Parts: sequence; C-alpha cells; structure tokens
Amino acid sequence: MKQLMLEITGNKEISEGFYRMRLESAYLAANSKPGQFVEVKCSSGPDPLLRRPLGIHRVVKGGIELLYKIIGRGTGLIARMKPGDTLDVIGPLGNGFDLSPHRGADILVAGGHGVAPLVALADSLVNSVGRIVDREKRGIHVFIGAKTAKHILCAKDFGKLGCDVHVATEDGSGGSKGLITNSLAAFLNTIHYPLCTTIYACGPTGMLKAVAGIAMEKHIPCQVSLEERMACGVGVCLGCPVKVTRSPGHQVTGFEYKMVCKDGPVFNAEDIAW
Amino acid sequence: MVDISVKIGKLKLKNPVMSASGTFGLEYGELLDINSLGALVLKTITYEPRQGNPAPRIAEVSSGMLNSIGLENKGLEDFVKKKVPKLKGIKIPVIASIAGNNAKEYAALAARLGRIAKIAAIEVNLSCPNVRHGTREGLIAQDAEATQDVISAVRKAASCALIAKLTPNVSDISKIALAAQKAGADALLVANTFPAMAVDIETGKPRLGNITGGLSGPALKPVILKMVWELYNKIEIPIIGCGGIMDYKDAVEFMLCGASAIQVGTATFVNPAAPVEIIKGIGKYMKEKKMAGPGQLIGKIKVGSLWRL
Repeated sequence: MKQLMLEITGNKEISEGFYRMRLESAYLAANSKPGQFVEVKCSSGPDPLLRRPLGIHRVVKGGIELLYKIIGRGTGLIARMKPGDTLDVIGPLGNGFDLSPHRGADILVAGGHGVAPLVALADSLVNSVGRIVDREKRGIHVFIGAKTAKHILCAKDFGKLGCDVHVATEDGSGGSKGLITNSLAAFLNTIHYPLCTTIYACGPTGMLKAVAGIAMEKHIPCQVSLEERMACGVGVCLGCPVKVTRSPGHQVTGFEYKMVCKDGPVFNAEDIAW
Repeated sequence: MVDISVKIGKLKLKNPVMSASGTFGLEYGELLDINSLGALVLKTITYEPRQGNPAPRIAEVSSGMLNSIGLENKGLEDFVKKKVPKLKGIKIPVIASIAGNNAKEYAALAARLGRIAKIAAIEVNLSCPNVRHGTREGLIAQDAEATQDVISAVRKAASCALIAKLTPNVSDISKIALAAQKAGADALLVANTFPAMAVDIETGKPRLGNITGGLSGPALKPVILKMVWELYNKIEIPIIGCGGIMDYKDAVEFMLCGASAIQVGTATFVNPAAPVEIIKGIGKYMKEKKMAGPGQLIGKIKVGSLWRL
C-alpha cells in the first residue's frame, strides 16, 4: 500500500446518485486485486474528517476505477471533484477475493452498489487462463439486484465480458420482480452446476446473510465482501470489527472479532457469525 | 538542523512527536518511516485478553470522531511473546501502554514490561473503571486517591520512565495531575478522549455499538490545549499534549502552552504522513523564529498583555 496523490481523469454520474471515477495510477493498476479497496480523502480541511473506503471497481490501463454512491457529505464532495483535480488515496487495502485455480462455475451476486468490486472480479475471472474454453460448464453467472431498474448498474459491463446476467428489482421495473436472492435460489434449483463452483457476493448485510444461507444449504463455498465504518483502513485502530465464529476442531465456542479492513473485506461466508 | 530533542524524565527523544496509543501500529511502516518519530507508543494492553466492543466502533462527527474500541487486545502474554519480537527494527524509544482493573493488576503489568529491554517507558492509561468498595465509581483518573494508588504501585513495580495518561473529563485536572506527580510519575499525558455520543436520527439508534465513546480530533483540541496551559504552571514534571493535533501549527500551540512533547493520533488516520510532517514543521518554525532549542518554545506563550486587560 501507498499514500498517493492521484490525478482524477474521469468522474461521471452513471445513474441517479451513482458515480464512476477514474484515477491515474500505474502503481494501483499493477498492484490491485479484485475485492481490495482504497481510502479516499474527501476534503482538504478537517470536516468531514475521515477517509472514505471505496471498493476498486475496475483495473484499467494505467489506473483504476471506483464506483460509488452518494451516501452522505463525504461522498457528495467526492462526486463534485473534476477531471484534473488531485485526490489523496491510500491503497490498495484489504485482502481481496480468493481466486483459487481449478475452478468450476462462478456465481457473482450483487446488491445495489455492491456490484462495484464484482466487475473487477469478473474481469479477472474471464481473463485468467482457460476461462472461456468451456463456457457451458465454467461460465460466470451474475445476479444483480436493486430497488428499481435505474439502480441496476454494470449489467452491460458483465454482458461484454461474456457473463450470463440475471437481474431482479424490488418493484419489478427491471428483470424479475423480487429479491435477487430468490432468483439465485431458483437458479441453483434448476441448473446443474459443476463441482468447484464458487459464489462471490457483495451488497447489503441482509442480502449477504441470505446468500450465505443459500450457499450453505447447497454446500457451495461462498465469499462475501463486507462493509463497516472505518478510521485507519490498515488494521491499526481496530475500529471495523466483524463477528467471526471461533471453531477450534469444528466446535463453535463463541466468536471473536476480525477487522473488515485488514482481515477482510472478503470473508468466507461460513466463518461470519451472522 | 535545529535541535528539537526533548527529555521526558529519563527518556531522551530526538524530537517531541510520538504516536498516540491505539492509533498506530507497525502496519504504518509501509507509509512512513517509524524510526523518524520521537517515540512509538503502543496500543494499551491488559493482563487478560479483551474482546472489545460491538460494531459500530467508529462514528464521524463535526471535525472529529468518536471511538468505542473497548481496549480490544490479546493480553500481556501474547504481547510479550508475539508483539515484542516484532519491534526488533524499531530504533526509537518504545512506550508500552497499560490498563488494569486495580492497582495490583497495573503493578503486575508494569513489573513484567519493566523487565523487557525494548520497553523504554510505560504509559499508564488511567481511564479505566474505578472499582472501590465493590462499586464502580467513575474512572481511576477521576479520583486523585485512586490515581495516586495506581501510579505508586506501578512506580514500585518498574524503574523505567512512567507517563500518567489523564482523562479530560474532570472538574479540576490539577488535583489528579498533582496526585500522579506525587506518586512518582515522570510525565503527564494530557489527555485521553472526551466522553461523547452521536445518534442516527433515521433509525433513532446511537451511532456507536457501545452507545457512548470518546471524542478525538480537531473538535477536541482547544479543550485540551487549555488544560495543558492550566497545568504548566502548577506541575513540575513534563507534560505531553495530546488532543486533535493535525499539523505542526497545532503542535506548536501545545508547546507554547507548556507541552514538552506531543502525541499524534486521529491525524494519522486522516494523513499517515502527519507525524513526519509535524516533526519537519516544528523544526522549520523554530528555525524561522530563531529558536536555539525547544526550551525557547515550551511554555513560552505570551500572556502578559492579556493579564492586564
């Protein structure tokens, strides 16, 4: 990780309240893994004080992209920045997704702007050796859920990568009506997925918990990317705890805290004390 | 180069800038040169491991932050066996921070740490529940008698430099400061975070899992600065200022008010380069003001004209 002053080369609203920012950095382009994040300073003064953790959305030539939603004052200030402006960034941070070799199919599940790091993941999965050889068996199935059709992000990006994309909206304005976890469950009940299939999920905690439940029931390994309020982002302040079950010899004996910033943000779903 | 070295009891620091406990770790070695600091203060350890508080542990407030970590740490034995060996590359004084349930526990921690050559000083975190007569009455650092008991016990247990870390949440900090001085503290750390809270009006819930936490950052600075100034003329031992120091200007303010050294905490989260920038800034300021050494800066606030008003 490094603290870098980076030039913003793009910062556009891609849907209501959602922005995609491009940062020029050969270092981050060369060193970032899907699922990692950066901490961004959103003002030059003391208010808002803390950095904002933003997931790496895509690694591009000579830089990275971030996809974020305006949630409060901090992200609001970031959204107002213009190409040519300089941004104070620390990264890459966190562990990232575990892309083990000898893979079967991959199932990506996104809720809202949780789709951000999954684009980088799909990119890596597609471009790793032998990925597209047998799309039928080793395909990448993407499930994107959101409130309404305009909150469905990046479906085209996944399409371009050759992924099989499923969409669900809560109001039925796009894709099937209902929760994306229902679509996921139905899909797993109907198709014959190969061995070594893995689920990767990022989104609201409720969705992640539901995905973890489905994965557990189907005995599919599942990695979830979590969010938590952070201060340092590097594992020093112990400010972003997540409850992880402690199970020496497979016997659960309570829980311990892990840090989302350093031990995560990606965890095995079965380790989390939901 | 201007000489900016300072002495805290037996401890010689090449510059007055330390990390604040709980805000710094070897992880930052990737972002700055830890050995350029005056001293490295480690996260508070307790005798037994502590799990810490539930999430959320951090809440941002106007020009500050709240934390309620809950002293999460793996305990004394883990510290001695696993953390101390990792300090091998650290060439600056390393200061351990301790917290206990009673004077006996503080003494046990100090005795064990005092035998470790790598530990140059012990910072005594007095912001722990004060258990007296079987009831909890505020914090140790809110009770002059309890403060004196704990510092005396630690003084007897270890011969290294002792720093008493005070809470700002008292009606008269000088009473507590004098008690710590009398009991043998080599320096006072003024101060810890200030008790505070924040509420999410959408959910109606507190923004910290522990409901309340400690305020740090720029919002706290003027409060602590006044305490340092107030103590400077009443106390003989050196004062270490700590509270919302974000840049060298803040550090110089603290030194003018009487701080011999300062600690940087929240600023490091915002800008990991802050401690190093503050060290350079203090040197540059002293050079510009033609100060030969920190003696010409510490406590040299010019209040004469104000007194005549």
